[in-house]
Amino acid sequence: MPLITTPNLEAPDDFYAALIAAHDGLDADASQAFNARLVLLLANHVGSLDVLREALAIARDAAPAR
Amino acid sequence: MSDDVPFQARTFAYAPHADQRAATPPRRPAVVVGAGPVGLALAIDLAQRGVPVVLLDDDDRLSTGSRAICFAKRTLEIFDRLGCGDRIAAEGVSWNVGKVFVRDEMVYRFDLLPEPGHERPAFVNLQQYVVEGCLVERAQQLPLVDLRWRNEVVATEAFDDHVALTIATPDGPYRLEAEWLVACDGSRSAVRRQLGLESQGRTFHDRFLIVDVRLSREPPAERWFWFDPAFHPNQSVLLHRQPDGVCRIDFQLGWDADPEHEKQPQHIIPRVKALLAHSPALRDAEFTLEWASVYTFSCKRMARFRHGRVLFAGDAAHGVSPFGARGANSGVQDVDNLAWKLATVLRARAPVALLDTWACEREAAADENIRHSTRATDFITPKSAASRVFRDAVLTLARTQPFARTLVNSGRLSTPTTLHASPLNTADAESFDGAMVPGAAATDARVTRAGGRDGWLLREIGSGFTALVGADGATERALAGVTVGGFTLQVVAIAPASTRAPAEEPAHVALVDVDGAIARRYDLRAGSVVLLRPDAHVCARWRATTPAQVERAMRRALALEDSAPCR
Repeated sequence: MPLITTPNLEAPDDFYAALIAAHDGLDADASQAFNARLVLLLANHVGSLDVLREALAIARDAAPAR
Repeated sequence: MSDDVPFQARTFAYAPHADQRAATPPRRPAVVVGAGPVGLALAIDLAQRGVPVVLLDDDDRLSTGSRAICFAKRTLEIFDRLGCGDRIAAEGVSWNVGKVFVRDEMVYRFDLLPEPGHERPAFVNLQQYVVEGCLVERAQQLPLVDLRWRNEVVATEAFDDHVALTIATPDGPYRLEAEWLVACDGSRSAVRRQLGLESQGRTFHDRFLIVDVRLSREPPAERWFWFDPAFHPNQSVLLHRQPDGVCRIDFQLGWDADPEHEKQPQHIIPRVKALLAHSPALRDAEFTLEWASVYTFSCKRMARFRHGRVLFAGDAAHGVSPFGARGANSGVQDVDNLAWKLATVLRARAPVALLDTWACEREAAADENIRHSTRATDFITPKSAASRVFRDAVLTLARTQPFARTLVNSGRLSTPTTLHASPLNTADAESFDGAMVPGAAATDARVTRAGGRDGWLLREIGSGFTALVGADGATERALAGVTVGGFTLQVVAIAPASTRAPAEEPAHVALVDVDGAIARRYDLRAGSVVLLRPDAHVCARWRATTPAQVERAMRRALALEDSAPCR
């Protein structure tokens, strides 16, 4: 199954609010560490290397040009 | 040399050889440079295969300091074939279990041999000089090994049909020619330098203090690895047990450490004391320093391992970090793969192209080892801020999340390389389960031999081609007598555990698969055949086969058939 890029979140606004709230009170380093743990947890949930590579490529391509 | 002299103190007398007085340089079929574990294993293997071999070493002692210490299961199985596995295994500390600690907490425990039914453990820890000493003793039993101490190769000239060497000795230099030269002379290979060749790759910006200490109390026979322990903050530490109460401790120091400062005993002792005080099993242990060194390392390899008549094996051809025990172990695999091929080419029973398959198989193995080693090193010493953040995230999650433990990389420990892409493999025409795919090193299992004696599968396998046959009464008889390239196929008939005692047959070996492990590990059923090369790698398998098919697969494995080129 390829990476799902069409809308798939049950409650997009609720998720987004929860994500931002989870960073409350964290400084930049702690936020970065939090994000890293989150990426690892979600990656394990996805499991498939092909799907993860697809996500890595899209995330990288979407980075603003410097 | 008397057995009661400790290995590290042994010296080996230089003896002048008649070759040194020859009017014209004598030509020898096989000359091996470097009597380390790799060169010694090759010399023994060639001699066992009937090839006279000259083994040159520039020194008259074994290696200094313990250096390589973890000898893997596959290496021990190769040493068994070379006639010295029992000796080496008995000298060492066997272990299977590794523990990973983050700060003060154990987050991960792995068992490298979680299933029974193997004669050898995952690893034996043993000082390199002891392994070398056992190999020298074995080599000295073989009249075809001509081991020349204090013979230093000072010039190498390569020609189309031979290699010319100039060798310095205490009696002055002499000239010797080799039909084939194998350089096993280590990471700073003199032969490589003399031929203007290089080994290229990455050098890692980190320094490690390696210390052997003799302890009054022995830790368990396990591998312990700490990330960021309280006794050595922000760095890693690795501990291994060796025989005779000696432990190997590896302290990560960072790139900015001063090697000369760190090597001094007054700076080493507090580090060791801090570790011992921290470890319940070792608290109050007394210790003395045996050996210490500060090192950096590189992951690198030569672009090609065969240059005409010169072959490069072991550290001369490739280098890795110590995390994973992939240095000496991969070097021994190099020469396990080489000896039968070189012997067959020397006998003109196979084309020189067989040696190109050696090079491409072992170049692929080196890539695999370098990949594992580089990944472990990148985990232990993160190279960027992001890499460090993810590494720390993995270590944090590993305390509570089982999935994260699989990402903790303190070194993926050496297992034999499966030669997936080898041109010597015959592709499967039927489907099989299990790990014994074409290219895999044969795995062990408990067996019962004729007469009801217990044994081990790998001990029953000879040094030529072997067919493991799921006994059906017909296949094992049909395959008797198949001969290719001077190799007569050894047939090993495997009967299921329900069979009481195997029938004695003159034409084949009969074994009972007592635990059903052979059926499982090889997916072997009645009539199935698994063909092993002389280095005990699987090269073909069938659900049912004919002598003609087996003959063709043996021809392919000897590079006698047209097949896809190496790369």
